[in-house]
Amino acid sequence: MISSNGSSRGTETPLIAGLPGPWIAIGMAVLLALYPLAMNTLGEDFYIGVGSRVLILALAASALNLALGYGGMISLGHAAFLGAGGYAVAILAKHGVVAAWIALPLAVGVAAAAALLIGAISLRTRGVYFIMITLAFAQLFYYLAISLPEFGGDDGLPLAARSLVPGLSLEGDLAFYYFVYFTAGLAFLLLYRLVASRFGRALVAIRENERRMAAIGYPVYRLKLMAFALSGGLAGLAGALLANLSMGVTPHTLTWHQSGILMVMVIIGGSGYFWGGLVGAAIFLILEETISGYTEHWNLVLGALLLFIVIVAPNGVMSLRERLRRLPQGTRVATIPACEEKA
Amino acid sequence: MLYLILEQALNGLQYGLMLFLLAAGLTLVFGIMDLINLAHGSLYMIGAFLTAAFFQALQSFFPALLLAILATAAIGVILERLLYRRLQGMNHLSQVLATFALILIANETIKIIFGAQPLMIGMPASLSGAVELVADELYYPAYRLLIIGVGLTVALGLYLLVNRTRVGMWMRAGASNPQMAAVMGVRIKPMFTFVFALGAALCALAGALLGPLLAVSVGMGESILIPAFEVIVIGGIGSMRGALVGALLVGMIDTVGRLVLTFGLKLVVASGTAATLGPTLASMMVSLLMVGVLFFRPQGLFPARG
Amino acid sequence: MIRKTCLALACASFGLASGAYAADSIKVGMMTTLSGPGAGLGIDIRDGFNLAVKHLGGKLGGVPAEVIVADDAQNPETAKQITERFIKRDKVDVATGVVFSNIMLAVGPAFFGSETFYISANAGPSQYAGAECNPYFFNVAWQNDNLHEAMGKHVQDKAYRKVVLLAPNYPAGKDALAGFKRFYKGEVAEEIYTKLGQLDYAAEIAQVRAAGADALYIFLPGGMGINFVKQYAQSGMTKKTPLFAPGFSGDEDVVKAVGPAMEGVFNTSHWYREMDNPANQRFVADFQKDFGRLPTLYASQGYDAALLIDAAVKAAGGKVADKAAFRKALETVKAPSTRGDYRFGNNHYPVQAYYLREVVKQADGSVSNRYVGKVMDGHADAYAKDCRM
Repeated sequence: MISSNGSSRGTETPLIAGLPGPWIAIGMAVLLALYPLAMNTLGEDFYIGVGSRVLILALAASALNLALGYGGMISLGHAAFLGAGGYAVAILAKHGVVAAWIALPLAVGVAAAAALLIGAISLRTRGVYFIMITLAFAQLFYYLAISLPEFGGDDGLPLAARSLVPGLSLEGDLAFYYFVYFTAGLAFLLLYRLVASRFGRALVAIRENERRMAAIGYPVYRLKLMAFALSGGLAGLAGALLANLSMGVTPHTLTWHQSGILMVMVIIGGSGYFWGGLVGAAIFLILEETISGYTEHWNLVLGALLLFIVIVAPNGVMSLRERLRRLPQGTRVATIPACEEKA
Repeated sequence: MLYLILEQALNGLQYGLMLFLLAAGLTLVFGIMDLINLAHGSLYMIGAFLTAAFFQALQSFFPALLLAILATAAIGVILERLLYRRLQGMNHLSQVLATFALILIANETIKIIFGAQPLMIGMPASLSGAVELVADELYYPAYRLLIIGVGLTVALGLYLLVNRTRVGMWMRAGASNPQMAAVMGVRIKPMFTFVFALGAALCALAGALLGPLLAVSVGMGESILIPAFEVIVIGGIGSMRGALVGALLVGMIDTVGRLVLTFGLKLVVASGTAATLGPTLASMMVSLLMVGVLFFRPQGLFPARG
Repeated sequence: MIRKTCLALACASFGLASGAYAADSIKVGMMTTLSGPGAGLGIDIRDGFNLAVKHLGGKLGGVPAEVIVADDAQNPETAKQITERFIKRDKVDVATGVVFSNIMLAVGPAFFGSETFYISANAGPSQYAGAECNPYFFNVAWQNDNLHEAMGKHVQDKAYRKVVLLAPNYPAGKDALAGFKRFYKGEVAEEIYTKLGQLDYAAEIAQVRAAGADALYIFLPGGMGINFVKQYAQSGMTKKTPLFAPGFSGDEDVVKAVGPAMEGVFNTSHWYREMDNPANQRFVADFQKDFGRLPTLYASQGYDAALLIDAAVKAAGGKVADKAAFRKALETVKAPSTRGDYRFGNNHYPVQAYYLREVVKQADGSVSNRYVGKVMDGHADAYAKDCRM
């Protein structure tokens, strides 16, 4: 069928707009560095842990954003990479390897390798097929983790202590927050370099028009696969940090619901915007924490909110600035960055 | 052993046909309206809960089933008018998210209305016995035979509807080129509504028929959504024939494959290990099949359009 | 629902976490599963607990009680975060409510590390019964293996000699069957492991028939149990190979979902509805009146958890902040309960009786559980010997 969304394809997809200005980045970094100190002063240590969780899931969502927002690959299986990173850390710890400088890179490596394998097969398909095959792979991981006693089955694997960093104890909330802050900061820096590079631009161009890019000689499949593997690796890093935060990993990390939530975070923030993952994760977690304190029907609220966003602001919170700027001209905003070439 | 496998083949057929009822709606909606509907499983859940509610009021299965089908189709019409029509023009990501949101809303709403405890749908008394298919060797529950019968009838009916009727012609025309079909005088919008209502009705039929066999509970939609998606992806999205073949394939592999795998492994490795390894592999078989099919045929077995 | 509880018990809203150690109130963190497929169980525990608090006039041990309810959504990550909130922000005195053992194992270390008492109203993992037992963990329900052990003993006593066992293929399933086999010494004709979350059990039912066993024991928690029991009851096999199940697979929520076909299913529990003691009579009558459904064993456990906290606070003279005194009170106090007498073993798991129940047609035509007989008395779990406490 002739793609009916050819015409409605996002005209204001962020291309360069998806890059942060340096001052915003610095401001964000300072703000996030001061946040735990402020909480500590207020005596609200609980919110330091919440901050760590936000940063970790922001990293996971940003990793997905690389594949989904920049690369146009709608993966409904990113929970698999999150889980792969977490399980790598937990299994290493079980065998006595607790040094962060070994465990974390290995977790990234395992997740990236898994993404490379899954991507190599999945990227042969497109459209809905791609969504479904990534989902199927994640299901395979889930059943494997839950069935095998070596992986702790339903109970998952607990972590006796957080990963070891020489000269620093990660057991305290504050120390762990800064550990996450620096690790995630490095990852964001890498992400920035990637997105700003020729590679990143080529990726966005492929998202916009894959055939044209292939025609002018870009190795489309290889570039997409690279992006997918990098995205998986970064998700693995988030998984490794999450396992450290939660002191363990469970198969629940691998469920398709978790993949869906990561996607929701990206969309709330704005897919294809550099800060989309961070903003989305922060908004999602803050809303969850606040609303579920008042009602057990949090899922109802989340569902309604999500519908509202898809219909009213499909490019997420980060796109609001441009929307406001455009409003006087009465331009109607189109949909989320176009994602796949229809078969 | 032969009869055991034969019985499993019947079970596979029955499970496959139920998956077909869901997959048919899913694939129609996708093929004709170009819409991914993750909330398809929620319509199945709604159908089952409505059947349970009507059953409790009427104490009779078939009238409850009919009413539930009508009510679910009506809900389908409302959803199509209010929401899915807007989603149609959007890209797949928006559709995935909006229908994911619908799943959350449907689950929570059902819990608020019906409570968190599972409900009961009684089986019609006349069908609660078993039929002797082979004297002394093979008994098969009459109710499951009914499911097989209904499934086959619906499959045939859908085939005739799509290929032999005027509506079916419009549907095919709308699927291949909606603008052109509209220009040629097909009233596209009412047809979309019809297709969506048909999909919802098929969901309700599956939910109602499975109600006496499965837990009617919140979240039941998701447990069958993923197999249904696997079916249409294996079969080729948008293809009715693909949905049928895919459904039967998945149904057979899931039941017969599970049995054969466990028994087969027992011959090869120690029985303790086999009992563990068998189900682990069996639970992954359908996903593996899907991966395998897509590896060799990225468009599924019966690509709907070139 | 949450808001209603909050109003009734004047629960604190955001940021009002001060005065946690004032002797004039006691804060209970009720974290349980209120959404998703397992929601029915958590709702029963919460309702049972709240009913007890209502019966006690909104107080626990004579001290005004605040119950903070939170939904773990059966997600260990969510549970982890709620735990942090309970400990660091709300500063609860006691926590309770977790249904599932995998969630308990995820949140246990945080509670123990912060020296917050946890009174389990259901989850009874073997880890916390054995080597990892903890001074801050009490289980007021049963150790996970207990119901299986009781059924193993019953099946053994009744001289069934050829049994088929069925469980999902994951470690908890294997543990459950090990519990059964600890007391059943006859032949195991077949051990069938199914896919987790499986819908259709026709293949397994055919295998049971082919095995020609004289009894079937299942461990299929949640929706799986309902699916299986429905299909098994309808296959007419209950007459040929009777079905034995742990209490939660034969409880009133399952009966309600399966209907009359469930008649004749046997199950073991530490509690039954007709129990003749004042606490239970009041609980059963008021639970039906307030919630319009029959109480399950989960509801009774929630109720008993509140009664235990009440009695212990009273015994400690209202001084919950004195950890040693409160622990001593929890260990030794003789709390009233819906199940009658029980006491804690050295590992803080109950030592108690287990009973056989059968699903039967009642006089009014409805189907529900009936007490059959006592299977075990003063039974402790198998892990207590590994507990050094």
